[in-house]
Amino acid sequence: MTLRRKWEETFFRVLSAAVALIVVLVLAHIIYTIISKGFSALSWEILSQEPKGGFYMGGGGGILNAIAGSFYLAIGASLLAFVVSLPVALFINIYLIRYSRLLIGIRFFLDVLWGIPSIVYGAFAFTIMIYFGLRNSLGAGIVTVGALIAPIMIRAMDEVLKTIPIGLQEASYALGSTKTETAYKIFFKRALPGFATAVLLAFGRGIGDAASVLFTAGYTDHVPRNLSDPTATLPLSIYFQLGSPIEAVQQRAYAAAIILTIIVLVISITARVLNKGKNKKKFKTFIASKRKKAKA
Amino acid sequence: MTKRNLIDNISSKWMIVCLSFFLLLPVAIATGLVLKSEDLLSAHSLSDLIFSSDWSPSEGQFGFWPFILSSLWVTIIALIISMPLCLLAAIYLSQFAPKWVLEFMRPVIDILAGIPSVVYGVWGVLVVVPFVGETVAPFFNNESLGYSILAGALVLSVMSIPYILNMLLEVFRQVPIQLGEASLALGATKWETIKHVYVRKGATGILSAYGLGFSKALGETIAVMMVIGNVVQEPASVFDAGYPLPALIANNYGEMMSIPSYDSALMFGSLLLFVIILVINIVFRYLIYKSEEK
Repeated sequence: MTLRRKWEETFFRVLSAAVALIVVLVLAHIIYTIISKGFSALSWEILSQEPKGGFYMGGGGGILNAIAGSFYLAIGASLLAFVVSLPVALFINIYLIRYSRLLIGIRFFLDVLWGIPSIVYGAFAFTIMIYFGLRNSLGAGIVTVGALIAPIMIRAMDEVLKTIPIGLQEASYALGSTKTETAYKIFFKRALPGFATAVLLAFGRGIGDAASVLFTAGYTDHVPRNLSDPTATLPLSIYFQLGSPIEAVQQRAYAAAIILTIIVLVISITARVLNKGKNKKKFKTFIASKRKKAKA
Repeated sequence: MTKRNLIDNISSKWMIVCLSFFLLLPVAIATGLVLKSEDLLSAHSLSDLIFSSDWSPSEGQFGFWPFILSSLWVTIIALIISMPLCLLAAIYLSQFAPKWVLEFMRPVIDILAGIPSVVYGVWGVLVVVPFVGETVAPFFNNESLGYSILAGALVLSVMSIPYILNMLLEVFRQVPIQLGEASLALGATKWETIKHVYVRKGATGILSAYGLGFSKALGETIAVMMVIGNVVQEPASVFDAGYPLPALIANNYGEMMSIPSYDSALMFGSLLLFVIILVINIVFRYLIYKSEEK
């Protein structure tokens, strides 16, 4: 009996370690594949030029249209999402802080919203566009991706705001501030580093999403000049070019994939570095500086 | 003073407007999709649409069964692969591994969860498709191009690993440490403690993590679409090509305006996806909240 228990213990210890290792190796293999395939395909021409004639038959040019388009789209969507997410996150943490059941309900609801797949957002946005007779455009893409990433942003901001002690809020009211002043002058400043993380996470999600922009942003060989132009994006550029039978075109898909991967990796690593331990430190220095001012 | 109050008043109204927008968003999506698919629903019965396999849009036949079947096959197989892997990896990382391994892995998993699905798709085309076509299929005496249900399921299972693993680590973290210590003090081995205390205590959480992973995988579009072959048929084996629902919607939006009721059919597809995923999400999120409340 004891021997059997010992064997079982050892067996599962080794098995679970092996599985963890396999998981890590598979995920590492993905990064390795993208980098090794993409690195040789990268060139200055690909980064800096729009597609030229016969591009999709292997002609010259690059994917600047998709790189610039993706940045325009993701930056626009993040800004838009920020403008609507910030009031919601502040609202639930300041106005609704006393209504814990409602608060739980809203958080629950936002988590559920997060689960809706992007293809549904894309399809829904497309029906609206048809209804109003709108074409594929950068603007439509921004609105769709903005709506898609906003729940993520709200919940991430909410997690930061949740940690602010209620005493800070009470102190602010005691000094005669209105709720708005408390929200934007106290809470906003206090949570700023955390907000940067929230925005970056949402940006990373926005720049990598393909299914929602397929219907709404369209695709074009040019860098968009205004909101009503259609725009190319990196995920779609990868998808379309990888489907080509021509080797040179596939190479450019690999190049686009490594660019997208690097962008997303840089963003999520920055987000995590920003987030790490900064909140506490900031609050302490904030309090200390207030005390100093009070003494002087 | 009045100016401050005015600002306060306007700002809080704006906050409520923003919140209402998000509260109404799913309602708007559901309404929009229902209105668009009404065309189709008035011409065919619901069970006809779902269980018929006759898909010929130009003749007005819209049977969604091949797509639903493909979606179910690919998602269920993906989950079958990733469920034990995730559970064992989570057990190792949270119970057996030295602390620094977990500290190191947590951000790595987070970052991997953020990698765009199209990148997983590229990996699938480069690695998984040839692997299935040249190694796995011949091994089972099967002819396959590699673009198959199995390839889709493999890519999907890898994609869902960071997502599910993250939630499982959270589940194990929430089990009170005293429970584990009590079990060890009674002479149970570490593995017995995990089996009888951690897994049992976290059962609801584990189930929810799998459920949410399922709904996430079901809605996944581009990565699966790149490796699954996109052939309209009822897949008979895992080496056949499939055509899941999200791929159907994504592939045909361009031509959907030219064939009557085709757009309506695609919106009905989106509606199906939306309703199924919404229900799964609500159920398992609710389970999570319930278990956290205790």
